[in-house]
Amino acid sequence: MRRVVVTGLGCVTPLASGVEQTWKRLLNSESGAGPITRFDASDLSVRYGCEVPIDTDAEDCFRPAEYMEPKEIRKVDHFILFGVAAAQQAVEDSGWMPEDEEDRCRTGVMIGSGIGGLPGIEEGAVTLHEKGPRRISPFFIPGRLINLVSGHVSIKYGFKGPNHAVVTACSTGAHAIGDAARMIALDDADVMVAGGTEGAMCRLGIAGFAACKALSAGFHDAPERASRPWDKDRDGFVMGEGAGIVVLEEYEHAKARGANIYAEVVGYGLSGDAYHITAPSPTGDGAFRSMRMAMKKAGLNADDIDYINAHGTSTPLGDEIEVGAVKRLFGNSAKSLTMSSTKSSVGHLLGAAGGVEAIFSILALRDQVAPPTLNLDEPSEACDLDFAPHQPKERKIDAVLTNSFGFGGTNATLVMTRV
Amino acid sequence: MSDVAEKVKKIVIEHLGVEADKVTETASFIDDLGADSLDTVELVMAFEEEFGCEIPDEIAEKILTVKDAIDYIEAHQS
Repeated sequence: MRRVVVTGLGCVTPLASGVEQTWKRLLNSESGAGPITRFDASDLSVRYGCEVPIDTDAEDCFRPAEYMEPKEIRKVDHFILFGVAAAQQAVEDSGWMPEDEEDRCRTGVMIGSGIGGLPGIEEGAVTLHEKGPRRISPFFIPGRLINLVSGHVSIKYGFKGPNHAVVTACSTGAHAIGDAARMIALDDADVMVAGGTEGAMCRLGIAGFAACKALSAGFHDAPERASRPWDKDRDGFVMGEGAGIVVLEEYEHAKARGANIYAEVVGYGLSGDAYHITAPSPTGDGAFRSMRMAMKKAGLNADDIDYINAHGTSTPLGDEIEVGAVKRLFGNSAKSLTMSSTKSSVGHLLGAAGGVEAIFSILALRDQVAPPTLNLDEPSEACDLDFAPHQPKERKIDAVLTNSFGFGGTNATLVMTRV
Repeated sequence: MSDVAEKVKKIVIEHLGVEADKVTETASFIDDLGADSLDTVELVMAFEEEFGCEIPDEIAEKILTVKDAIDYIEAHQS
């Protein structure tokens, strides 16, 4: 099998637009949470979340016009906008913008989303109801479809290789990177732009997740304290949005053009819980098997993993189950690794989570520092690993593992190392 | 310029993201103003919304220039 490395990174998160801008704030223990400002949330049971700052006063805010023409911005939903932006950052970072036809045919795109264009679906349904079918825009469908992010990126850069999109709820980003890496390993492409994007922050999205009892609802006085993985007072996840996208490349291809190589994707695991539509299997069996498969593919031993970027969503059930699965797989080595949840800072980016968390894991490798778990004041019983509470932790990091689990009982794990 | 012509041009500028001076009466939406087939469908919808009229599909297909739109709307405005 051909080796696959990461040569470009791009992200849009509630902390900032841009990889270095986001990373700086993450290591500075900043939170992206706050009261919802983009729409009227006054009658919702949850009125806080992690919104991407769009065209605000903040220096590192997301400015859509840097990535798309204003007339195109109007036609696409938020998840497409975030995805196209993060892909542009990643492609520019990688320096891979081929003009040659054959090179373009060997470059593909695999960007997924958990939900797709929910804000536009909400608006479209109201238009249909109030004004009738003749007022539905011809851009309604192409502005909502999940694979249209891959479509836009392919059109923008002339990438004519495999064009695909993953949809596996909150494990989308990790699955996309894992599947795209396999396409390169199997010689379907030399370069893949891969990751996840999500922009489901709207009344319908919040109402839907709140009805599932998945969202934190008890921190309206202090939203920045709401996402608190493994803490005894955690009460659900904090909804986020954004995109995390990487450029994956065959190792010799990257080396030959002198590309900057961030990391190697050495392991990928995936599994199904076969248990419940929203609740994780209580035994953590699905998570365990996903991690075990990734570790086996990587050919690493338990004590090789230095840092785990956990799924760790801050839900009462899921956090402890993941810890149990990690302890079961890693045994005594679990005590010597550092595991943190960056969702404590950026919130839960759903289909984009696996993408941004892969990027955070790669930066942990690069900078030899584990990003912190915010708000972990008092861990629940049995949550007794090194979670890097409150502050980042500098340490040796040669191999990282990142987990993503989604509704439907779908699990994905990536293992990456320094090259 | 008539009131209709002014409104039509404003809609075209907004929807196609083009400079005002390019939106002449003879300008073709597709050939001169960079629209694709979906853009033209949306433009017609925007005209219907603005002028409170209904443009049948077989007529809409023949509205290819700024002038076509102005002429039809002026003739059929309620």
